[in-house]
Amino acid sequence: MALLRPTTILLGKELRSEFRTRELLTTTWVFVLTVLVLFSFTFDPTQAESRRFGPGLLWLALLFAGSLMLHPSFAREQVNDTLAALRMAPIEPVSIIASKILANLCFLLVAELFLLPIFAVIYNLSLVPILGQLVLVLLLGTLALSTVGTVFSAISSQARMRELLLPLLLLPLLAPALIASTEATRGLLEDPPVLSLPWTGLLAAFDIIFLTVTWLFGEYLLEE
Amino acid sequence: MATGTKQTFPAGIGVEFQQVEKRYGVRFALRGISLRIAAGESVGLVGANGSGKTTLLKVAARLIRPSAGKVQFSSAETSVVSMVGHSILLYDDLTADENLVLFARLYGMEGSRERAAAALESAGLGGRGADLVRTFSRGMRQRLSIARALLPGPGLLLLDEPATGLDAAGQQWLGETLARLRAQGCTLLMSTHGRSETHALLTRAVRLEAGQVAKDSGPSGDPQRVLATALAAPQEA
Repeated sequence: MALLRPTTILLGKELRSEFRTRELLTTTWVFVLTVLVLFSFTFDPTQAESRRFGPGLLWLALLFAGSLMLHPSFAREQVNDTLAALRMAPIEPVSIIASKILANLCFLLVAELFLLPIFAVIYNLSLVPILGQLVLVLLLGTLALSTVGTVFSAISSQARMRELLLPLLLLPLLAPALIASTEATRGLLEDPPVLSLPWTGLLAAFDIIFLTVTWLFGEYLLEE
Repeated sequence: MATGTKQTFPAGIGVEFQQVEKRYGVRFALRGISLRIAAGESVGLVGANGSGKTTLLKVAARLIRPSAGKVQFSSAETSVVSMVGHSILLYDDLTADENLVLFARLYGMEGSRERAAAALESAGLGGRGADLVRTFSRGMRQRLSIARALLPGPGLLLLDEPATGLDAAGQQWLGETLARLRAQGCTLLMSTHGRSETHALLTRAVRLEAGQVAKDSGPSGDPQRVLATALAAPQEA
């Protein structure tokens, strides 16, 4: 309860700010759309090729979009030093990070909600029969992206060359989650579709490990 | 100026710095600061830019962990340590009302909307609650920042050049507000750079130089003498 209440309050603040300005959502949406359309023109894939390459392209686009979206997560708090005000409040410091992880998860999922149908049309893939399983994989993969991305956004926001630092830290660490997400998605696009339990399990384990580490050490990420 | 709803504050909280040091790489921001501020004192920190005033306030606010030494409070209830910073500590993309409600809720205050409305009223911003903070002038932002800091009813209020951006009326409002806080027993620790309405409230002045206490009027000394000496000295740009 000590964590839930402030997390909910701060999540409300994050959502209110973003849906008022739509800065991150618009940028991310345009970016992912551009990448997907460019890839489809470059490869002009057949359906078999779409099944093979589509998942990789989708997750690559989401990774780039994520690194775009995640950077301002803590950088925004520096404009008026609002992080200091939050840190002085009698709340669990990790609730600040938790609210940002959840907010970034929401923003990425909203972006995916709009982009998935476009992805299906451009790459001529039928996603309806596998929608439930695909949502599970997207949820786990996006949670990995938003957890690691938010943590490194907190670290890099206090560094010089922060725009460069975030992708540098993010990409190597997210590699296992991206590979697992891509493989799990590829399995779902096969004929017949298969939900790969090893890859989905790896994704779930990745999420649990990083969420636990964040919960244990999150407080130190916020210090000046 | 609207006076708004009177807020009551808990007993003041004292703070003691024990051999506090803060290093950034090889540079010392604070060097062995030892200072005991009793509950209810109003202490002014003076000194040139870079003398360590802001760092000392941030250490007291527990925003910066000292490299050495420690900070102790006279009460375990440190949630009522509040700060008015150099920055306004408010969200530009939220309205004034939303900002105050947010912080009231984070402090677990009952009736957060009413408290926020009262705080806005007392800061003279009663009619601007629905406006985004980004549309406010510098002085209005500073008033709102002070209103936010007062919201939880602080026992120790840390102020980093609180008169910045305030016009004459705003400075008068600040002076009256701090006088009321002082009368209620709230401990005030404020950095100050130039002459201000708030100087008359001080019961003690401490001059910092290169991260060290250069002069301390003490609880029973004359703070105005220390202030006058410090403010007469050429300030570094």
